[in-house]
Amino acid sequence: MSTIDYSEKIPNNVNLSEDRTLQRALEHWQPNYLQWWRDMGPDGSNGFDVYLRTAINVTPEGWANFDHVKMPDYRWGIFLAQQDENRKVNFGEHKGESAWQEVPGEHRANLRRMIVTQGDTEPASVEQQRHLGLTAPSNYDLRNLFQINVEEGRHLWAMVYLLHKYFGRDGREEAEALLQRNSGDQDNPRILEAFNEETPDWLAFYMFTYFTDRDGKFQLNALSESGFDPLSRTCRFMLTEEAHHMFVGESGISRVLSRTAAIMKQHGIEDPEEVRKHGVIDLPTIQRYLNFHFSVTIDLFGADQSSNAATFYSTGLKGRYEETKRDDDHLLKNNQYKILDIANGQLVEREVPMLNALNEVLRDDYIRDSVAGVARWNRVLEKAGLAFRLVTPHKAFNRHIGTFASQKISPDGRVISEAEWAANVRNWLPSEEDRAYVASLMGRVVEPGKMANWIAPPPVGINRQPVDFEYVRFN
Amino acid sequence: MNAPEQIVLIRQHLIDPEVCIRCNTCEETCPIDAITHDSRNYVVDPAICNGCNACISPCPTGSIDHWRTLPRTAAYSLEEQFSWDELPVQQEVPEDSAVETPAETAVEQALADGMQINAAVSPTSAIAPWSAAHPYINLYLNKNPVTATVAGNYRLTAADTESDIHHIVLDFGNQFFPILEGQSIGIIPPGVDENGKPHYIRMYSVASPRSGEREGYNNLSLTVKRVVSDHDGKAVRGVGSNYLCDLQKGEQVQVTGPFGANYLMPNHAGSNILMICTGTGSAPMRAMTEHRRRMFAKGQPLDGKLMLFFGARTPEELPYFGPLLKLPPAFIDMHLAFSRQPDQPRAYVQDKIREAGAAVTALLGGDTYVYICGLKGMEAGVMEALREACSAAGMDWAAVHAKMVKEGRFHVETY
Ligand SMILES: Cc1cc2nc3c(=O)[nH]c(=O)nc-3n(C[C@H](O)[C@H](O)[C@H](O)COP(=O)(O)OP(=O)(O)OC[C@H]3O[C@@H](n4cnc5c(N)ncnc54)[C@H](O)[C@@H]3O)c2cc1C
Ligand code: SF4
Ligand code: SF4
Repeated sequence: MSTIDYSEKIPNNVNLSEDRTLQRALEHWQPNYLQWWRDMGPDGSNGFDVYLRTAINVTPEGWANFDHVKMPDYRWGIFLAQQDENRKVNFGEHKGESAWQEVPGEHRANLRRMIVTQGDTEPASVEQQRHLGLTAPSNYDLRNLFQINVEEGRHLWAMVYLLHKYFGRDGREEAEALLQRNSGDQDNPRILEAFNEETPDWLAFYMFTYFTDRDGKFQLNALSESGFDPLSRTCRFMLTEEAHHMFVGESGISRVLSRTAAIMKQHGIEDPEEVRKHGVIDLPTIQRYLNFHFSVTIDLFGADQSSNAATFYSTGLKGRYEETKRDDDHLLKNNQYKILDIANGQLVEREVPMLNALNEVLRDDYIRDSVAGVARWNRVLEKAGLAFRLVTPHKAFNRHIGTFASQKISPDGRVISEAEWAANVRNWLPSEEDRAYVASLMGRVVEPGKMANWIAPPPVGINRQPVDFEYVRFN
Repeated sequence: MNAPEQIVLIRQHLIDPEVCIRCNTCEETCPIDAITHDSRNYVVDPAICNGCNACISPCPTGSIDHWRTLPRTAAYSLEEQFSWDELPVQQEVPEDSAVETPAETAVEQALADGMQINAAVSPTSAIAPWSAAHPYINLYLNKNPVTATVAGNYRLTAADTESDIHHIVLDFGNQFFPILEGQSIGIIPPGVDENGKPHYIRMYSVASPRSGEREGYNNLSLTVKRVVSDHDGKAVRGVGSNYLCDLQKGEQVQVTGPFGANYLMPNHAGSNILMICTGTGSAPMRAMTEHRRRMFAKGQPLDGKLMLFFGARTPEELPYFGPLLKLPPAFIDMHLAFSRQPDQPRAYVQDKIREAGAAVTALLGGDTYVYICGLKGMEAGVMEALREACSAAGMDWAAVHAKMVKEGRFHVETY
């Protein structure tokens, strides 16, 4: 079993102290990282005692260790899931070979690119969320925000370790660059578009953690199937942390819905304007936020057809979601997949070689998972006796990548004109007014147990603590 | 034996589908693959789950910490669980039925997995003392053992004696391995048996208290007897015990556990502990005694009595003889029985129990917890001696015994 070595500056379970060169390189990177955290991490959080989950080893009992931690002192470490000695490459041309412990020379460039792209998303979300601490709807939510932030920071560490350890000088340069790009920076933005969007308010934050962190679940899951074992092990451990982020989103929206539903029932009102007068978020606004975050996030999976995706798969670098649980030949040379296209002004399905459509395969898996969660949100409305239901928009709606990038498609999946789009876009995507209204509700509530008016308390606390537990102490 | 058939209840582990976010963490975490999912729900297979709790704290939502007591025959199937939108409510449980905890189902599972279990034949409590600290169990199993380093290994019994008993200290570094007095651990002997299968796990009681063999260190100790002949006296070389007794300092050992959720000590002030053991059966007794001794030394309130019956052939073969003699009589009432002392009649623990009959029954009538540990052969004699002592004092042993078993106050561990 692997333990985490806390005696060093950089907690790790990769025997860092045995590789002096690597240790020095990472110790050199660390001050820049800490400087980045000071500049870009959560606003004004230094010195807070936060009830955080920290890994003390990577077994079930060890990685979920709860205690109050002074904010910048979180032990950002390098943790890889336990090694499975017999692990194989499970797909592609190398199927059946032992998993690689070193980077195969011919796949070096592709692997590095994948790791850099993944690594770039991690600090980005910290940057996107940095102002949210000032408007947290409760002490409990503030704690959840910080937990997410420190874990995203740690995920950056995980990728930087891979770059340093396995990619030599190029890797070190890429690791530096990860700290130089910043979300939304005009001159030096983050690589993927969704990670340059702002997360201006808590509704957006919950949507982001529900939808966009779920992208993380699927990407990490596909990478954890990788034939390159250190990447696989890193991602497997990251996945255990990603779960909490999705939880924050899923339960956050449930709580918003539940509060809105309660107000609607209490006053017997349905009209959104009326609902807003009571200081809660009306359901159509929630739907528009959902449309936005869903469509922006599914862009993250890339173009519907991609020869890169085919190469990553065939060379054993990146698998499918739950690759080893699928019963096909794991080579996919003769398989087809249906993707969407436009013909005669209509959406049509078209069969293409599956290897080229692997981005679409992952996107569709993601969509199924997201839709199931939206159905769970609807149960909140159903239980409250409301007729309104949230729906996920069509997957061609509001896309900026792939076949539909230059097309206008309605949320119900019709190809429409620019004029129809322009006439309706305010009903489909959050308008400036919507955002301003939601922003007007944001105010800081930090007294333990108290909630902002627009959100219901969580049904259970973190680690079975009561809801009014002092999750964050301000000192 | 015409008693009505008892309904056997289980504590079924369920996931709340309303709160679960389908993140897969539990499925990834469960050491024995008891969790599965379909496109709708994550569910726990009642035939596999042993209640080890490994999945509880990693679950980000708390949705996995739900338990329902119900007749084993009515356990919710996977299909039922897949169809749920909500958790069913707890049904009323028929009184007087036997509750089988997942830990017990774990015993059945352990047998199937080729693990060794406690061989006690006398009734023994299926629950721990009410004031016992809460144990961790099954953190590490065959599939994911933990590696410990030998920090010490020395012979406890005099070199010129036949009985070779070792005191072995295992260090867990900064790995999580919480242990309570009375629990045991599993050792995986390296190599394979004659059928080419890996050796089954050998169990050993922990001889050190919860705070470590060396206080404040993450280590524990074992008391291991080198088996050189089988129960019939035929020469054999025991696989596990010889492996352990021959270990050198610094070597690494594959460990599973912790095991045991019942054989635990009471922690409330005023509780008395009556210990009866032979040979390596002294391990858990040493752990409990040492825990109380450390409390005593720190001046913590401890008005309960400790009484020990301990048997060996000679003082030289009695593990921990020296340190035992240093304990003040005010701290522990000690009765040692030697069966091969020259110029002395043979004495066994049961003889000493009879001799001290009045003190024993006085203790049995109070807030007392009984622990018996050692070779299986000692059980019958000890039980008989307790019965005799009681009847001499006008007490109904059968009733006292049954009550103690039911209340988590009578614990037998023999092997
Ligand atoms: C809950 C529990 C706690 C235990 N705690 C301890 C402990 O603290 N210290 C300790 O030394 N042992 C303890 N044991 C016993 C231990 O697990 C092994 O059974 C013992 O060490 C023999 O294992 P082995 O692999 O050396 O012998 P094996 O290779 O398993 O057996 C060789 C032969 O010896 C016989 N045999 C097995 N055990 C004994 C024995 N004790 N005396 C004589 N013959 C035997 C077997 O029937 C077999 O024929 C405990 C057992 C259980 C179930
Ligand atoms: S309690 Fe243990 S065995 Fe049961 S599902 Fe959880 S991890 Fe698996
Ligand atoms: S870990 Fe918890 S939330 Fe995640 S799937 Fe399992 S029960 Fe559901």
